[in-house]
Amino acid sequence: MWKIIRQIARTGIRSEAPPDSDDSLRVEAERIQREVLAILGRALAIRHVDAGSCNGCELEINALDNPYYNLEGLGIRFVASPRHADLLLVTGPVSRNMELALARTYDATPAPKLVVAVGDCGCDGGIFGTSYATRGGVASVLAVDVAVPGCPPAPIEILRGILTAVQRRRPGAEEFSAGPS
Amino acid sequence: MQIPGLTLTLDRLPAPLPIWRGSVDADAWQVAARAVAASEGRLVALWGSDRGWREPAGFSVCAAYALADGLVWLDHPLPADAPTYPDLAPFFPCAGRMQRAAADLLGIVAAGARDTRPWLDHGAWPPDQFPLHEQTAAGAGLPGKEVVDYPFVRVGGDGVHEIPVGPVHAGIIEPGHFRFSVVGEKVLRLEERLGYAHKGVEKRFTQLAPLDAHRLAGRVCGDSTVAYAWAYCMALESAAGCAIPARACWLRALLLERERVANHLGDLGALGNDAALAFGLAQFSRLREDWLRLAKEVFGHRLMMDRIVPGGTAVDVDPVAADRIGRQCDATMLQVRELRSIYDEHAGLQDRFIGTGQVSPDLAAELGLTGLAGRASGRAMDLRRDHPWPPYDALHAETASHRAGDVAARVAVRFAELLESLRLIRAIVAALPAGEHRTELRLGENASAGAGWIEGWRGEIFVALELDAAERGHAIRRCHCHDPSWQNWPVLEHAVIGNIVPDFPLINKSFNLSYTGHDL
Repeated sequence: MWKIIRQIARTGIRSEAPPDSDDSLRVEAERIQREVLAILGRALAIRHVDAGSCNGCELEINALDNPYYNLEGLGIRFVASPRHADLLLVTGPVSRNMELALARTYDATPAPKLVVAVGDCGCDGGIFGTSYATRGGVASVLAVDVAVPGCPPAPIEILRGILTAVQRRRPGAEEFSAGPS
Repeated sequence: MQIPGLTLTLDRLPAPLPIWRGSVDADAWQVAARAVAASEGRLVALWGSDRGWREPAGFSVCAAYALADGLVWLDHPLPADAPTYPDLAPFFPCAGRMQRAAADLLGIVAAGARDTRPWLDHGAWPPDQFPLHEQTAAGAGLPGKEVVDYPFVRVGGDGVHEIPVGPVHAGIIEPGHFRFSVVGEKVLRLEERLGYAHKGVEKRFTQLAPLDAHRLAGRVCGDSTVAYAWAYCMALESAAGCAIPARACWLRALLLERERVANHLGDLGALGNDAALAFGLAQFSRLREDWLRLAKEVFGHRLMMDRIVPGGTAVDVDPVAADRIGRQCDATMLQVRELRSIYDEHAGLQDRFIGTGQVSPDLAAELGLTGLAGRASGRAMDLRRDHPWPPYDALHAETASHRAGDVAARVAVRFAELLESLRLIRAIVAALPAGEHRTELRLGENASAGAGWIEGWRGEIFVALELDAAERGHAIRRCHCHDPSWQNWPVLEHAVIGNIVPDFPLINKSFNLSYTGHDL
């Protein structure tokens, strides 16, 4: 046990490390936390759906959970069910074989719901395009609030996309208080 | 190179690994399978092609076998009106799903196969039209058919119930469906249904120029982008008969070993987390993030996508960058050693790891378990050691192996491979040969074929490529990418038998198989 404690002590708190002068990460992260709380008034629950990606975007979404990004500290967490989610984070291209599952996941998410499409494929089908096997971008199947380009987008870009989607709902903030009780 | 009991004319492809190609009839197709199985060779891949683009038209079914001397790509031509071939599943159980996929995509059928359920076909195309037929237009949708329930094998008996999981999973994971038949907490049977991430990669290849298609190969499976890009480029270079500069080989190996380290760091953290040691995830994901950030700074991409290009690499490494890479290896090695001793001594963690999800060496051999998971079950195969191509001929990579075949063994193999890759990266940056890192690749006048074979972090990646003649723009007529997950997914079904349901995520993670690489 003492080895674990020693390792933790040696590692220090990475998410609080003072940023380099050209590293805006910390500032960015704190702003995101304030925005999430100001707009939602509570934590943001995200359900991720891989609708047919190459797994590159999943690696970077997973990276958001590492200590550098301190995601849970920002009040953002990934949940196991769409029924607990405020936002769907969808990677694509949307394969024909995932279309039904994606639509059902969307239907199971309580309103109001946000959809963020992640990656070039989520934006427009990317290199896979549209074919007998894919519908292309997420917007061809669901109403998308924000699309984050990149192949794959870096974790901080995905975080920025999530925040942008939350901000888009600002004028209709009362929508959130009228959520299912 | 010969297959025992057969006299075949095999042509050696100009690839850095020993790869031969030959044509067989139905009898030789079966004799070869029996002989390869008897000599403990393995089936690397099975796929079909529509040969409508050349004479004589018709179909073809292909098999790639790994033997002690190298890889043999056998091509069995099939008539257009009766495209059937002898079933290979009796010799290689892993052939079953590959044959079902070939039937879905091309309509070529393994005669006498026991399992003829559709596999990649979930109803997105009509029964009389096949996506990989030459006359099926690329880039266009096909009218779907009515989706029907997949006939899972039902388990009967008192108290048996089913737990369906997926295709949308509870974490940040790829899509796939698992059907558990359980009594209480105990798993009696797991049946997988995959194909949800099928995005028409093989058809898409035929729309791309051969000199651009490495980008698509690098997106067959994002966690193995370097391995796929290298395998594709090796196939293209072998089709063109083009040798790449020595520096390019070394840089490619540098990228490949860095990809192996990145994935092992990610998996080791996730495995700790799945056994409730969140500390492990925090530590390893931090190391992985450091690793990816340096990749971004040195190579310009966190996952190193599109860094391997036809004829060499898109990036070079200067002495300053080489020094940073070396120093990061030293720092990572110290940390990983420390974390390994914590994992090894953590009673709670070892209690979850040891004996969980066991695949005995005998079962592994019978089912053809391959790659990292195979090495944890006594199958010590590694292309970097078995057929060392440049620069591995100068690096002498050690092969990690274990015989316990449980989660603990797969963790141990990951630790050993991670530390060995750090040593290899150190050796590579210390001895990078001077010279160009890219050469111009020129394709020949005639139609050509090439193959690539690479030891990715998960196992062996194989790419078979067929190009048309110069007068038809060297069009890609067929590009088959094979992921080792094809072999290992069916073994996972066996690994969970008798375990409890809550251990499934841990067992699944310890294999960490690809959905997208399999579904294509």
